[in-house]
Order: sequence, then C-alpha cells, then structure tokens
Amino acid sequence: MSHIEILRAGMLTTCQDAGRAGWAHLAVPPSGAADRPSWRLANQLAGNPTGACALETTLTGCTVRAHRNVTVVVGGAPCAVTVDEHPVSWGQPVNLPAGSVIDAGPAEVGVRSYLAFSGGLHPKASLGSHSTCLLSGLGPAPLTDGDTIPLGPAPAHPPLPTQWPAPWAGVTEEIVLKLHLGPRLDWFAPDTVAELTKGVWTVSEHSNRIGLRLSGPTLSPAEGGRELPSEGIVAGSLQVPPNGQPILFGADHPTTGGYPVLGVVGPAAQAAGAQARPGTRIKFVPLPVPQWST
Amino acid sequence: MTARTKATPLGRLEPLPAGPRGVLIDCGTGEAARACYRALQARRVSGALEATDLIPGATTVLVDGVEEPELLAADIPDWVLGEESEPSGEPVEIPIAYDGPDIEAVAGHWGVSVEEVAEIHASVEYEAAFCGFTPGFAYLEGLPERCHTPRRDDPRKQVPAGSVGVAGAYTGVYPRSSPGGWQLIATMTNPGRLWNEHREPAALLVPGTRVRFVAVRL
Repeated sequence: MSHIEILRAGMLTTCQDAGRAGWAHLAVPPSGAADRPSWRLANQLAGNPTGACALETTLTGCTVRAHRNVTVVVGGAPCAVTVDEHPVSWGQPVNLPAGSVIDAGPAEVGVRSYLAFSGGLHPKASLGSHSTCLLSGLGPAPLTDGDTIPLGPAPAHPPLPTQWPAPWAGVTEEIVLKLHLGPRLDWFAPDTVAELTKGVWTVSEHSNRIGLRLSGPTLSPAEGGRELPSEGIVAGSLQVPPNGQPILFGADHPTTGGYPVLGVVGPAAQAAGAQARPGTRIKFVPLPVPQWST
Repeated sequence: MTARTKATPLGRLEPLPAGPRGVLIDCGTGEAARACYRALQARRVSGALEATDLIPGATTVLVDGVEEPELLAADIPDWVLGEESEPSGEPVEIPIAYDGPDIEAVAGHWGVSVEEVAEIHASVEYEAAFCGFTPGFAYLEGLPERCHTPRRDDPRKQVPAGSVGVAGAYTGVYPRSSPGGWQLIATMTNPGRLWNEHREPAALLVPGTRVRFVAVRL
C-alpha cells in the first residue's frame, strides 16, 4: 500500500499545496499553505517538485503512520519530532520505514508545522488543487483520526543529504508587518495612518486560515453609515468591519467583501501572520500609496 | 430590463492600489464594471495583460497577480469603454417555484401582490454581475430599482440549497445550504446544476452570463 495513515489529527490538520488561484471570479478562495515559505522549503528538503501537497498542522501537531518507505521533513513551526518514539531532527529529511510512526509534537513557537513526504500527498483534488478550504468546503475535508491519504511515486532523485536546518521566520511575541496602504484609505478618518503607526493590536482567539481577527485601537470610517458595494479582495488584505476591529485575511479568505480594505500586507508578512498565535502583538508600518494613485 | 445599447463612454476608470501585485479598478457603476471586466478579459486573451485573477465586483474589477501594477494603472484612465461585445448566446433558464418563506414580505416591500412578485421576477432578463459568498453564487443584476429589497433583519442560520433570494439590487440562488440574510422568494428545482467541479466551468453562472427564471410548480 502506498499511503499514509493519520493516527492523531490534532486540533486541525489539513492537506495543502499551492492552492487554487485563478478561480476567484467564481468565488473560489485561493487556499493553499498558509505559510508558503515554510511549506515550500519542507518540500524542497523532501526532494519534492514545487507545489507538492503536504500536511499543515495547527498548534498541536499530528501523528502519522507510513505504509511504505518514505522520506519526511517537518518544517514550519518548530516542534519535537519522533520516529517510533525516538527523537529525530526537525527541519531535516528523516527516513520513515514502512509501518513506522512519525509524531510532530505541539508547536514550540508559531502555529503551523508542515510535514512534507517524498512523492507528495494525493488526496482528492478540486479545481486542480489538493488544498482543503475551510471557507468554501472545497478540497479534502480536514483530517480525522484513521484517515488515509495516497502517496505519489517517490521522486527519481532522492533528497540530498543535508545538515542545514530549515530556516524559520522566527515569529515572536510581537511582529511588525509592512502594510501597503489602499485601496480604500480614503474611507477612513484622516488620523487613521497615525493611529496605525502607533497602535498595537493582538491576535484574537477567533482566528483561523480565513483570517486573523485583531483586537486593539478602533479604526474609524471617514463617514459613518456609508456602505461599500461588494468588491474583490486580495490575500493579505486588512479589512475593517463596522466595529473598527480589523481582520487580516489569510489563505482561505472570501473573494469579495462589503467592508473597506485599509491596506494589504505582502507574501512575507502573510507567512508571519499565519504563524502568529492568539495573543501575539501586531504592529504595522504603513507604506504610502504608490504615486500613480495620488 | 437593462439597456443593451452602448454608444457612449461609461465614465472614468479609477485604478486603486491593492497590495504589491494588485489593482482595484473603481468603475463607478455596475454597467461600467461589466464593460471593464469584458475589456480586461479581451486584453488577457490577446496577451496584452498577464494576471492571475480578474475579479468583478458590484462597481469594480480587481486585477490580482500582476507583475507591474503601475503600468496597468497608468494605462487604465485612457481606456474608453462602451464598445465591448455584449454577452452572446441564449440566456440560461432556471426553473423555480415561487414558494419562498419571505415572498409576502417582499410583496410588501415592492407594493405588489405575491403573484406579481413572481411575474415581475420571472419577466426580467438578468446578467450575472459577479460571484461571491460561496463558489457558484452569482449576484444577478437586472431588477428594476423599485424592486430593490433590504436584507432580512435577522439572517437565517441555515438557508437550504436552491433557495432563491433577493437583496439590494440583486437576486441569486444559494448553491448549497449556508447561513444567509437574503429574502427568500422561490426554490430552484435542481440546485446541483449551479456548481459542479467536474464541469468546465464549474459554475453555471459565471460573470457575464444572461439568466432567466421560469416559474414552475413543484
């Protein structure tokens, strides 16, 4: 048999690849690995082609039995890793013989660890992607104990032996995110950029792959009661609903929304946000709107 | 019915920054947004525009995944819309039964009888203006202004798949069971048609599709 078996799914373990960008006009969220750089690197170290599907855990890790010899790399949020209860390296290729069990423990820092298996995972695909989407329900359902997932053929070139640990973005108790102002800066009160520069927000418990809910200083609209017609949203958008508490949209974000977006964070900041636990403090460095829009 | 003659330019397009690789084009009106979306699609097909996603909204189009947004942004204000081809082909027909739980409330908002709600709703040819909310859900534009309807004060926790609702300027059909705040006036007999990921395209009502509702009895 050429598959893996989930013995312990933990709080939330999903299958994630590069996602399904390109279908947003049909209201399909992009999905895909929330922390792209960690997911990409784990796959590279496992000898996989770009875009292979891996497991993404949430805070509590997961436990997996291999049903064929396979190389595994645990990357992303650092955690204790064991094979058949013997400690092995995080961030490096580990040989997992058929029948043995790998355990990725609770994240020591950060939120999401990635388990990349040589050959990649091949669960049910939707619109060309194996990614689970929490918002739309597309792709495989979040994993439960006992689930099995097919493995792809082992790569022709076995992974390079490596002594380099996977680098880690180093999310700490406070992160600073560059925010590209716009598109709807002019929907906010004139002092909003100043508020944004000096304010500190914390990541709320009610955060997930759809978005980080931030609590902190209230961001006020320029005029109360004005309604924004629904418009498209990009990943990394900082949207402000009427209560003034912003939401930083993640991989499973809705494709359109009816509240103004104050600014957008880029890919590196999206990855950092994906590893920010509830309670993490977030500061923003606003980047001015580009000259063409002034 | 929406006017289908297009001779005059549709006003100025305003590009707004949407992150390092995105441009949100504010078109001012829904009609201009439809025309702008068609213009962007034509540019993408011809190779003049490379983008990951073109996402129409109510009065905007978002262009996401562009390498040099500043070049697109510099070009946009010069575009003259209004000569793009209209959606062609026969409208998609959707059989529905006008038996929704909010049809009396909607009749009250429109100031007509329940029977007239069905007659008016089925007499309009709609255009799928944009998709949102859930895969396969299209915001259908075309109701006359006197038939624009507020949302329910208390959104339902569960709206059955196939429910046909109205809210604001739009009507639409829920492809799957979900929470929802639209006023429900009818039921689609076969909502499985709306979304099928093994079909190309997966959505029955992609932006630009013309739609007619046909009244049936269940």
